[in-house]
Amino acid sequence: MAKPLELEINGKRYPVNCPADTPLLYVLRDELGLTGSKYGCGEGQCGACTVLIGGMPRRSCQIPVSAAAAKPITTIEGLEKDGRLDPVQQAFLDAGAFQCAYCTSGMIMSSVGLLQTNPNPSQGEIVQFLQGNVCRCGTHPRIVEAVRQAAKMMQEHGR
Amino acid sequence: MSNVEGKLFIEPERYEFGAAPFHQFELARRDFFKILGAGIAVFAIAKDALARQETAPGHRSFHNEELPKDINAWLHVGEDGSITGFTGKAEIGQNIRTALAQTIADELRVPFESVRMVTADTALTPFDAGTFGSRTTPTIAPQLRRVAAAARDLLVGVAAKEWNVAPAGLVAADAKVTDPASGRSLKYAELARGKTLAQNLPAEDPITPATQWTIAGKAIPKVEARAFVTGKHQYTTDLQPAGLLYGRVLRPPSFGATLTSCDDSVAKAMTGVVVVRDGEFVGVAAPSAHEAQKALDAIHAQWKEVPQTSSKEIFSYLRQNAAAKSEDRFRKQKGSVEEGLASAAHRLDATYTVAYIAHVPLEPRAAVAQWADGKLTVWTGTQRPFANRDELAEVFHLPESSVRVIVPDTGSAYGGKHTSDAALEAARLARAAGRPVKVAWTREEEFTWAYFRPAGVIEVKGGVASDGTLNAWDFHNYHSGMSGIETPYDVANQRTEYHQVPLILRSGSYRGLAATANHFARETQMDALANAAKMDPLEFRMKNLSNARMRAVLEAAAKSFGWPRKKTQEGQGFGIACGDEKGSYVATCAEIAVDKTSRAVRVVRLVEAFECGAIVNPDGLRNQVVGAMIQGLGGALFEAVEFENGRIKNPHFASYRVPRFRDVPEIEAILLDRKDIPSAGAGETPIMAVAPAIGNAIFDATGVRLNNLPMVPNGLRSA
Repeated sequence: MAKPLELEINGKRYPVNCPADTPLLYVLRDELGLTGSKYGCGEGQCGACTVLIGGMPRRSCQIPVSAAAAKPITTIEGLEKDGRLDPVQQAFLDAGAFQCAYCTSGMIMSSVGLLQTNPNPSQGEIVQFLQGNVCRCGTHPRIVEAVRQAAKMMQEHGR
Repeated sequence: MSNVEGKLFIEPERYEFGAAPFHQFELARRDFFKILGAGIAVFAIAKDALARQETAPGHRSFHNEELPKDINAWLHVGEDGSITGFTGKAEIGQNIRTALAQTIADELRVPFESVRMVTADTALTPFDAGTFGSRTTPTIAPQLRRVAAAARDLLVGVAAKEWNVAPAGLVAADAKVTDPASGRSLKYAELARGKTLAQNLPAEDPITPATQWTIAGKAIPKVEARAFVTGKHQYTTDLQPAGLLYGRVLRPPSFGATLTSCDDSVAKAMTGVVVVRDGEFVGVAAPSAHEAQKALDAIHAQWKEVPQTSSKEIFSYLRQNAAAKSEDRFRKQKGSVEEGLASAAHRLDATYTVAYIAHVPLEPRAAVAQWADGKLTVWTGTQRPFANRDELAEVFHLPESSVRVIVPDTGSAYGGKHTSDAALEAARLARAAGRPVKVAWTREEEFTWAYFRPAGVIEVKGGVASDGTLNAWDFHNYHSGMSGIETPYDVANQRTEYHQVPLILRSGSYRGLAATANHFARETQMDALANAAKMDPLEFRMKNLSNARMRAVLEAAAKSFGWPRKKTQEGQGFGIACGDEKGSYVATCAEIAVDKTSRAVRVVRLVEAFECGAIVNPDGLRNQVVGAMIQGLGGALFEAVEFENGRIKNPHFASYRVPRFRDVPEIEAILLDRKDIPSAGAGETPIMAVAPAIGNAIFDATGVRLNNLPMVPNGLRSA
């Protein structure tokens, strides 16, 4: 067995004992019980597994765990702070931007990543950014609206 | 009704149940003796299952040993005033957990927040055939309303007895019973305390009409929504009971391939790995997904494959292999089609085709199975928990009472999760491992080993008189199915036939079933006939349509869309289509744009009017209607399963295109609320008219008729 890796996830450090090429998604879900990140395709094509690595949205099914050890990781479980939802989570909740909601955590993580680099995206920029996230239930218009509302909320609250 | 191996099935299009289970497991000796000892149980399962199929779910009660102490099988008023509704239906994203709780709260006169739904658990909820056919709202909601009304009467009765007054004068509201004469009141919680109330469901109990609903009919947000935006909700794939092993199943290289040899010695030698070989079933279970994959890769199997029809030749195959026997056909006839066609001023013959498509639920099929003391518990994302239970019981030679199937709220299904595959696989591996096992299908497995919406060929002949009267209609569907096959238009001479064809790919239910195919053919043909008669497509439809509900959705959609519209730019086109199915009505208008140089087609705007009687939750309904429109775009424009010699050639998101953000046009959904009409289901019908509306708009823009679904598979560039 290789020497244990250490991951920093949602501000906590986790020693991880698994092969270096294990995709991060499996480590999060199966080893650490952080099941909010979802398996949708295992091929980086659907976005359900999206997490932030060093603040950037990444498909955790495509990242070997060894490559994720260097930077802080944020998953859907790490967005809520002291019982307060992240503005993106709150906006999804307010807009009812889900049906089966299996894509929701990936959508939220991608959107959080978008708003960090582009705090006031146009509708076209949101659509473009979320192109790699699949919602099979067809909730796209509400998701776009939720991201716009989240941007508004964050600007109003100076976040 | 079809009769497959002595079992009756409600829906004629659920082909998947015609097939034998994928696996038949050997009977272990100890199980055999167990069954001998309780032999009657085996018959009881069969008799019981049959009896249930013949009995409306509303009149079915629990097994005695499972009977909880509630007023009946579907509703419980707790001593703390909490209300629990029970239904065998599953929450798969269609929002029934919220809508059914609204219904109960409304009728029982309690706050919405006090109602909790227990769904799709074979040990706790009453039998249910499955969550399909848009049946939850029209069948389960009224039943819950009736039991809620009965519970309310019961509570009033208890209060009346307590106060020694006549129940007629008492009022139930705000979770309490009040006596207006004396001003006394007792909360439901107080009335329920220390009692074991029981009452049978009255046959006819007056229930609140939709015009007087106070909680139903409102846009109440999805219950437990916070758990979904925080990642806390646990889908089947997220469950991790202690000691869990991860299972993988060895798949044949092609459909119908049989195992000729299998060397699993390397896999068996791996630490912590359990290998199961049982007939054609080969599977592994290991402490991690990674180790399970390694073990699976280490198995060397040889298969005997069989040559099979490919997607390239599927349509000629279907046309040539239609059943000759009349009992394999659905047939409806009126007047003389031949005379009608002969006398028509305009006659058009056309052939339409529909490709196989996949459901692509974002949560793939999955199950967690756990055995304890000879009893099996399976958590699985299925639309048919009781059918899963029965199949597990049959395959593992267990009495039905030893199997419990629980459905966590599931990552969508769209008609694609009727079967028990993952449940059987997980249970087989778990039995061998002596530990719980999770089997979660990969995306490739999901695309390959699930089942598909069947392909079809539809031949239509239509004739129109010189005044625009539709006077002949001849409609033949080969293989794709019977849903929505009958024309809603008034036509004196008509013949409608469904021709069964033996299965090529494993096929089954899909949102709307064949109604999408049949509406595509019918509404495209109607458009072509209008064009031949030089009439406006809406005017032509209205002239031949007397159904007031259909006319109303057409009018509503046309009004919002601005029909008839003048073209303002080159490449612009407008189309309209309508339909009815499963008690609800839909009309869709589409605007498309064709790029002058690239010839790419872009859907610019969709306006859809939908009417399903009294609306239970307008917010949830809007979500479903818009969702169906977007899902409909995929099958209309580019979704198609490609296959050759029993292999799926595009089993990935990269090669099987589903609608994404950029594909979504401006969308408007108009919901017509008919409080005078009982609520119908809404999961399926809103998908049906999208494809023909778009196709008709493409014709309007280009003069090109696209009669094959998908219409523009090559990145919207072929029109």
